[in-house]
Amino acid sequence: MTTTTQPPAAPVQPVDPGQPKPLATPAKVVQRPGDRIFSGSTLTAGILILTTLAAVAIFLVAQSLPAFVADESEIKGDATNFFSYVWPLVFGTVWAAFIALIIAVPLAIMVALFITHYAPRRLAQSLGYVIDLLAAVPSVVYGLWGIGVLAPAVQPVYSWLVENMGWFPLFAGPVSGTGRTILTVGIVLAVMILPIITSLSREIFLQTPKLHEEAALALGATRWEMITIAVLPFGRPGIVSASMLGLGRALGETMAVAMVLSPSLIISLVLLQSQNPTTIAANIALNFPEAHGVGVNILIASGLILFVITFVVNFISRAIVDRRKAFSGAN
Amino acid sequence: MAITPAPMTSALKAGKLHRFTPLYIILGTLAVSVAVFAMLGAVNIAGILIVTAVLFVLVYWLLSLFVEGSRKAKDRLMTSLVVIAFLIALVPLISVAITTIGNGAARFDIDFFTMSMRNIVGEGGGALHAIVGTLLITLATSIISVPIGILTAIYLVEYGRGKLAKWITFLVDVMTGIPSIVAGLFAYALLVLFFGEGVRLGIGGAMALSVLMIPVIVRSTEEMLKLVPNELREASYALGVPKYLTILKVVLPTSLAGIVTGVMLSVARVIGETAPLLIIAGFTQSMNYNLFDGRMMALPTFVYNSYAQQGTDAQAYIDRAWTGALALILIVMALNLIARLIANIFSPKLGR
Repeated sequence: MTTTTQPPAAPVQPVDPGQPKPLATPAKVVQRPGDRIFSGSTLTAGILILTTLAAVAIFLVAQSLPAFVADESEIKGDATNFFSYVWPLVFGTVWAAFIALIIAVPLAIMVALFITHYAPRRLAQSLGYVIDLLAAVPSVVYGLWGIGVLAPAVQPVYSWLVENMGWFPLFAGPVSGTGRTILTVGIVLAVMILPIITSLSREIFLQTPKLHEEAALALGATRWEMITIAVLPFGRPGIVSASMLGLGRALGETMAVAMVLSPSLIISLVLLQSQNPTTIAANIALNFPEAHGVGVNILIASGLILFVITFVVNFISRAIVDRRKAFSGAN
Repeated sequence: MAITPAPMTSALKAGKLHRFTPLYIILGTLAVSVAVFAMLGAVNIAGILIVTAVLFVLVYWLLSLFVEGSRKAKDRLMTSLVVIAFLIALVPLISVAITTIGNGAARFDIDFFTMSMRNIVGEGGGALHAIVGTLLITLATSIISVPIGILTAIYLVEYGRGKLAKWITFLVDVMTGIPSIVAGLFAYALLVLFFGEGVRLGIGGAMALSVLMIPVIVRSTEEMLKLVPNELREASYALGVPKYLTILKVVLPTSLAGIVTGVMLSVARVIGETAPLLIIAGFTQSMNYNLFDGRMMALPTFVYNSYAQQGTDAQAYIDRAWTGALALILIVMALNLIARLIANIFSPKLGR
């Protein structure tokens, strides 16, 4: 691999001193030291990223190896080996992210539609900024808000749900007295991933060919029919990949979960009780400051598993985006 | 010969709702729900608004169904749902803003910005140690990430061809998705090799945040460099300017505003990160100006720690947590605002 790109070398023809130079003959490419230094340094930066990521993988694996052979006595709780310890956490991570996604995706699509197709044209961009502001709030602030405002606010609703709809398995009692349940966490996570899904869907809805929209309207479709005929089918792959990116965010989100949830190491789908499965990231955040010995390795190993899960999710979403790019001809 | 009287309404408007009808329905349903809540003796603004919204959607839909038919009614139903969805999305934003300002104003005083928490139990004290820590860690992060990020973007846009460039692009995508806590674990796993178990250093926080910041800078800078028209580069080459000078004197100045905006937005993103700092920078109550020695507090970890480790006078700790949150939000908002201003004022006008 060369460090610079050069124009393809053309054969240098011998030139008669008397004749004028033929125009097609390019001048010899001069390799200035400045060029070499500059291109070399940009290449170094690129390679540094490669090595950094390799380092992330190698160090995490190296530090998590002791966890896989950890003894029963070294693992917190009553798990017998590493995998029985980490399984409830994996379940909690996926479950919380799933709840967040169920809440956030329909809302985000509607908000994106509002900004692109319903709001007055002049307001649309500022409304987009307003939704983006949600992404600017640090996660620790969402954590504080979740405990201080959201949990007390939804607790009466939870009590009502358990009393009147307790027959529905997800709403089984007894209800949590604090409102700090997995459903509250799901709501907070939904708020946090809403802006990214909204802004990506917005971009995609704006790319809908104008002619498709106008053709639908010209055939007498109402605005909603136009959206279902032209906008949504065009944007479907984009919505899917935006949701997957949001899912990736929700899986890795730490502080809001760590602060809002009252955790325990169980597997349970029930939404409103005080016993909730916790997530990998929150478990690391809560236990790392006091961990020692193999405990540290176990937490790092669970972090490695989280990394693998988010990697797979992001990879799928990228693949969807790339496949769409190949077809659409927009680029 | 019977003369039928001319219809009172115009044919164009027949069978349609008046344009102010939704407004009347909103006022009507609002009045109804206020009356219902007043009769029940409960004043609950959230409840009133929710009942109003549900009633409005129903009445509006039914009315349109009878007057205009099912297709138009469905359109109106979806319109009202879409608007309501947007309003719902605004609720958390407004709620976060109100509670943070309301709870944070109590301790937003001189002490908060001039004192650390050393030897403080209960009331008083401040977050100077955390603010200094945030500044130092963010500065170190920027010093590491900005050159690497911008140079990599230049490589990808101006030089990179073939397999290596593809791999770097792919890995930058992967890095974008690394959960922040895993970045913290990475810094720990690296530093533990040199400093032994239980290592807590400010510079480790900077390394962890760099992992999160570099891909953001690469992505935004790449976008900006791609916006520079090729004609500019070719004109420069035609004048005999070497490639590196073309990039330094033509390409970079043209895209400078966009690059600066991207850097500021990436700083705004990492300055609020809590999880990696919790892992590798740790908690302390004292000032620490040295990134390479001992634990270092930052604003986000200060907020978390104040909340999680409430002392004897719990309210004082909670107040400090909210004030820290307020300061953090103000910093992030200011960075975002400045970034947008730079983008709007200095960006070259390139269509779009």
